[in-house]
Amino acid sequence: MAYPANYKYTKQHEWISVEGTTGTVGITDYAQSSLGDIVFVELPKLGDVLDAGKIFGSVESVKAVSDLYSPASGTVTAINEELKDAPERVNADANATWMLKLELKDATELDALLSAADYETFVSEETGH
Amino acid sequence: MAEMTATLRKTALNATHRAHKAKMVDFGGWDMPVEYSGLVAEHMAVRTGVGLFDVSHMGDIQFRGPGSLAAVQRLCMNDASKLAVGQAHYSAMLYPDGSFVDDVVVHKLSENDYLIVINAGTREKDVQWVRKTVGHMPSIHISDYSDMYTQLAIQGPKAQATLQKLTDTDLNGIKNYWFRWGKVCDLYNVMIARTGYTGEDGFEIYIPSDETTSGRVWGEVLAAGAEFGILPCGLGARNTLRLEAAMALYGHEISETTNVLEAGLGRYAKLDKGVEFVGREALVAIEAAGGPKRKLVGLEMIERGIGRDGYPVCALSGEKIGVITSGSPAPFLKKNIALAYVPVQYAGVDELVAVEIRGQLVKARVVATPFYKRAKKTA
Repeated sequence: MAYPANYKYTKQHEWISVEGTTGTVGITDYAQSSLGDIVFVELPKLGDVLDAGKIFGSVESVKAVSDLYSPASGTVTAINEELKDAPERVNADANATWMLKLELKDATELDALLSAADYETFVSEETGH
Repeated sequence: MAEMTATLRKTALNATHRAHKAKMVDFGGWDMPVEYSGLVAEHMAVRTGVGLFDVSHMGDIQFRGPGSLAAVQRLCMNDASKLAVGQAHYSAMLYPDGSFVDDVVVHKLSENDYLIVINAGTREKDVQWVRKTVGHMPSIHISDYSDMYTQLAIQGPKAQATLQKLTDTDLNGIKNYWFRWGKVCDLYNVMIARTGYTGEDGFEIYIPSDETTSGRVWGEVLAAGAEFGILPCGLGARNTLRLEAAMALYGHEISETTNVLEAGLGRYAKLDKGVEFVGREALVAIEAAGGPKRKLVGLEMIERGIGRDGYPVCALSGEKIGVITSGSPAPFLKKNIALAYVPVQYAGVDELVAVEIRGQLVKARVVATPFYKRAKKTA
């Protein structure tokens, strides 16, 4: 499992990378691995306003459905349309496969998120290995 | 996690699964592999080539003695008097109200000798039920051999070619739902049954449950199937395979709250076999009253969405009318399918209903089952 050091992480297994006031959101390598074969990603619409820590969509694998939680508050400025027809890209490379982009409302919210090292510790504690 | 693992039961292949990086889950109190390389790849291997499953968590109860047929006939709804030696059939043990203790496969080993294979999650309950229901009957010896066998399922169109490399028994001579004893991987008198739970051709073999033997045979089957792209498979693929084939799963389609007739398994309940099996009277009464009020149907999602276990089924008006018992994307059919109980007036093929998926009504159509049926073998 790889967790890029320049991303921030939630305990619900999303990542966010920030450039200027734009946040790019995806799910972690651990999340895709736990879910298995992903068949469906349900995302909000352009212009939707998301709140940090609130559900904004879902990702479904053959065996399970899992809610997606927004790592930060903001307005949706882009959706990865490729995932409509090729949701399995998330399995192939979760770190490079973004789901949406946000115009961030308050960049200081990100301070509450986990670093890559903290996230890795969190996952190992959660799974017991 | 540590104390949880300690209470989970393990098959003799547990270390093998872990060594091969299987993803493990708690399945009915058993620490079992849910997937190896990936559910979809494993599912496709079984549909197009061959897959190997550890199904040692299944239980085995043997009935011997002059009273054994009478006991099996009293316990199980199918007519075991019709079985020849070396033949097996699908059956079920019922409660007096016609609901399910468990579904089983009855094997006739010889005259006065029957082996019934039961589900993992219901083992203790089944054994208690058997002893309570027929333990008092004359001339019968009941043995719980559940821990004696490692049960391997080799499934798929290349299952026969794979297993044939490991045995001198002519597998061509074993018809569907028949079995023989033969030498497999240098083990004598292995029960080789042409049975399975995938909707595909395949075999189940019963070998001694010590770790060394189990691990060796597991490895030899994988090596024999390598040229056909064999994959070790987990319970995830086992579930999607049986769902495509519309085979019932205990705790889902069949349970203590569903009866044989609404589950659509009436053809296995031999009401006229001349033995008052437990549950018969209730089934006769249900039929006399005009049949069941609800039925198990196949659903295919026609709008985007995946109906899953426990999701409500609604009329198009939004009124709740039933519930999904098993639902999933179907990896081979590439559709989103489900089995669900609905009132009989909604059970006709092509009837439109809606599945409530997290607050949204998503349209689905009632379709004929099984969703998947393997092509008949061409000679």
